[in-house]
Amino acid sequence: MIEVNGLRKRFGPQLALDGMTFKVEPGKVTGFVGPNGAGKSTTMRVVLGLDAADEGTTLVDGQRYRQLRQPLCVLGSLLDASALQPSRTARDHLLWMAHSQGLTGKRVDAVLGQTGLTGVAKRRAGGFSLGMRQRLGIASALLGDPRAVMLDEPFNGMDPEGIVWVRGLLRSLAADGRAVLVSSHLMSELEDVADHVIIVGRGKVIADTSVKDLLTSASGGRVNVRSQDVAAALAALPEGEPTGPSTLTVTGMTAEAVVARLNGHGVPFSEVSAHRASLEDAYMDLTREAVEYRGVSS
Amino acid sequence: MMRQLRAEWTKFRTVRGWVTGMALAGGFIIAFGLFPGMQGTCTDNKCKLPTGPQGHLVTDRFEFAGQTLDGDGSLTVNVTSMTGELPPGPNAEQPRQGLTPWAKAGLIIKDGTKAGSPYAAIMLTGSHGVRLQHNYLYDQAGAGAASWLRLTRAGDAITGEQSADGTHWTKVGTVVLKGLPTKVQAGLFATSPQHSEASALLSSSGPSSVTATFRQVSQQGSWSGQLEETELTGSGDIGPLVSGSSGLGVSVTQALAGTFLGLVFAIVIGTTYVTSEYRRGLMRTTFSATPRRGRVLAAKAIVAGGATFVTGLVAATVAVVFGQKMLRDNGVFVHPVTTATEVRVIVGTAALLALCTVFGVAIGVLLRRSALAVTIGVTGIVLPYILAMSVLPDGAGRWLLSISPAAAFAIQQSAVEYAHVANNYIPTEGFFPLSPWLGFAVLAAWTAVAVGLAAVVISRRDA
Ligand SMILES: Nc1ncnc2c1ncn2[C@@H]1O[C@H](COP(=O)(O)OP(=O)(O)OP(=O)(O)O)[C@@H](O)[C@H]1O
Ligand SMILES: [Mg+2]
Repeated sequence: MIEVNGLRKRFGPQLALDGMTFKVEPGKVTGFVGPNGAGKSTTMRVVLGLDAADEGTTLVDGQRYRQLRQPLCVLGSLLDASALQPSRTARDHLLWMAHSQGLTGKRVDAVLGQTGLTGVAKRRAGGFSLGMRQRLGIASALLGDPRAVMLDEPFNGMDPEGIVWVRGLLRSLAADGRAVLVSSHLMSELEDVADHVIIVGRGKVIADTSVKDLLTSASGGRVNVRSQDVAAALAALPEGEPTGPSTLTVTGMTAEAVVARLNGHGVPFSEVSAHRASLEDAYMDLTREAVEYRGVSS
Repeated sequence: MMRQLRAEWTKFRTVRGWVTGMALAGGFIIAFGLFPGMQGTCTDNKCKLPTGPQGHLVTDRFEFAGQTLDGDGSLTVNVTSMTGELPPGPNAEQPRQGLTPWAKAGLIIKDGTKAGSPYAAIMLTGSHGVRLQHNYLYDQAGAGAASWLRLTRAGDAITGEQSADGTHWTKVGTVVLKGLPTKVQAGLFATSPQHSEASALLSSSGPSSVTATFRQVSQQGSWSGQLEETELTGSGDIGPLVSGSSGLGVSVTQALAGTFLGLVFAIVIGTTYVTSEYRRGLMRTTFSATPRRGRVLAAKAIVAGGATFVTGLVAATVAVVFGQKMLRDNGVFVHPVTTATEVRVIVGTAALLALCTVFGVAIGVLLRRSALAVTIGVTGIVLPYILAMSVLPDGAGRWLLSISPAAAFAIQQSAVEYAHVANNYIPTEGFFPLSPWLGFAVLAAWTAVAVGLAAVVISRRDA
C-alpha cells in the first residue's frame, strides 16, 4: 500500500503539489491521471524520497521509503525509461540494481524473461527503442518482486502490442495482490485496466473513485428515447425533455424503468438507450478546470 | 554497505569507457616509464661512485696538499685570498670570474686518501661563511667573517676554530670521527662544485673552480713533513651525491614522469562516473535503490578510488622497476634508493591517483555537469603541476606545488635535498617544495573538503 498525505511542494514560483492526498490499495490497478504539469511525476519522486516535499508525508507499506533496507523489494518503480547508461547492456543495468538489493543474477534473468528482453539482454541499452526501454524500466521495477509497483507513463512509446502486454501485466500484478499505481495523462490508456482512478490537477486530487462509479456518475442516468409519438411519450414520461422531432431524454431513471413505463402506457418506440459516457468524457468533465496548459483557441 | 559497493563495482566494470580509461591511465604511466628517451654515459660501471661512512654515495674530489699526522696535533692557516671561475651563464660563451656559493678552501683531516673515507674539515666558502663539515652529510656554520682557520685533533675528536686576525680564536665546533686511526692525512684543500643558475626560463650549469692562497701554515704535533705556503686550485666537491643538473644522474621519480597523464584519466573517470548518472537521470534510479545517499557517495568514492589505486599500483611498480633498469641500460645514472623509499614512491603514486579520482567523484557530485567538472578537476590538479614543471618561474612554481592539490606529487620525490650541497633543487629535477607526506596531506585535505561538501549537497538536494 502506498499512502500519500498532504504533499505540498513548490519549485520557485510554481506550486507543483498542493495538498496531494490519496492511497493506493493492494490488489487493484490504480490509475493516476491528470493533465501535463498536474504533479504526477513530482508526487512519485516524493514517494521515492528523491524530492523532499515542503509539507506532508508518504508511506510505503507503512514505512518511509528512505528507511527501507531493500527498497526495490518493497516498491518497484519506473520514472524515466531513458535513465540508462547507453553503453551498459540491459542485463548489466539490471545486475547492478540487483546487487544493490543483495539480489543475484537469477532474479535479473527472471525479469528479463518476464518482460520479453531475454533476446536483447546483452545489447547496449543505448541502442534500445523507447518501447524497449519501457520494457527494461518495467523489468527494473519488477526486479525486487515488490509488493507495490509505481510506473510513470509506461505506455509512452509503446506499440499496440506493447500496450496490450502492459495492460495484461498490470492486471496480473494486481491479481497477485500488489498495489499498482500507473500514471498517464490519457484516460483512454487506462480504460479496461484501471480498477480505480485518482484524477489530479494543479497539484491536488480532483477525484478519487472506482472506475465503475466514475462512469455511472458521468452517464448521470440519462436515457434517450426515440418515438414517432413524442407527445404520447412525454405524457407517459413527465420527467422527459424533448431533444428533437422524434427524440427525448429522460434523467434519473434506468432504461428498464423507461421501457416499462412506455409499455404500460402503450406508447410505441423505436429505441431506448442509456447514454454511455466514456472514461475520457468523464475525465474531461472533471479536469476541464484543472487543465493548465490549454491552447488559446479552446 | 557491501551491497552498495558491489552495485557500484558492477556499474563501473560494465562501462567500457571507464575500463578502457583505466587501462590507458596505467598504460601511459608505464609507457612514460619504459620509453624515457634519456641517454647517459654511465655504462659498464663507469659511474661507480665512492660510498661514505653512512653508506651514501658521495662525491669526494678536491685538491689536497697534506702530510701524515701521527697522534694528536693541530694545523693553523691564514687563507688570504679565494678567487674562482664560473661556467658561462645563460646566453653566454665565456667563463666568468667569481666564486660559486659552495666553493670551499680550508683544512681537512682524513682517514687516508681513499675516496669516501671519513673526514672532518673547516673551510671558508664562496658565500656561506665558515663551515665545519664531516663525513659528507654533516655541516655546521661558523660565526662571522674569518680568514684564519685551525683544526685540532685529540683522539677521535676534531675541533674547528676560526679567527679574523690570528690571535682571537672562536670555536666553531667539535666533531667525533669514531675509530679514527692514529695516523691520518691532514692538510690544505680547495674544491668547487658544479655551478648552476636558474633564471625564469633557463637554467644552466657547469663546472666551476676555486683558487685559494694559504699563508702562515703552522703545524703542532708529530707530522711526516712540513706544509708549505701554497696556492691550490680545485674543482669538485666533498659531500653526498645529489641528483639533478648540479649533481649526477636522475632519481627514481624520473620513471614516473607519466603520472600526470594518468591523473588526467583518473580525474575524467572519477567525474564522469558521477556526472553521466546525473546527465541521464540515472542518479534517481541509484537513489531509489539506495536511499541513503551518503552511502552512494562513499561507495562511488571507494570503487572508483580503489580501481585507480590498483591500476596505479601495477603501473607504478612496472614503471619504477623496469623503467629504472631501462634508464640504467641506457647509461643514465639513477640514484639508488632504499626499498622503503621505493615502496613509498610506488604506493604513493597509486594513492595520488586514487585520491584524485575521489576528488573527481566529489566535484562530479557538486557540479553534476561533465564538462565543467572535468575542466575544474584537471585545472585544479594537473595544470599546476604542468605549469610548475614548464613555464613558471621557480618561486611561483614552488608556491603552486605547496598549496594546490598538485602538492601531492611530492610523494614521488626520492631525491634527497641537502642544505649544504649546491644543486638546482627544483621540481623539474625531482625536488618538491613540501616533504612527501606533507604534500600528500595537502591533496588529502582538498579531497576531504570536496567530499565533505559533496556529502552535504548530495543529501540536501532534490535528485
Ligand atoms: N525540477 C523541477 N523544477 C521546477 N519545476 C518543476 C520541477 N519538476 C516539476 N516542476 C513543475 O511542477 C509541476 C508538476 O510537474 P510534474 O512533472 O510533476 O507533472 P506531471 O503531472 O508529471 O506532468 P506530465 O503529465 O507532463 O508528466 C509542473 O508545473 C512542473 O513544471
Ligand atoms: Mg510526468
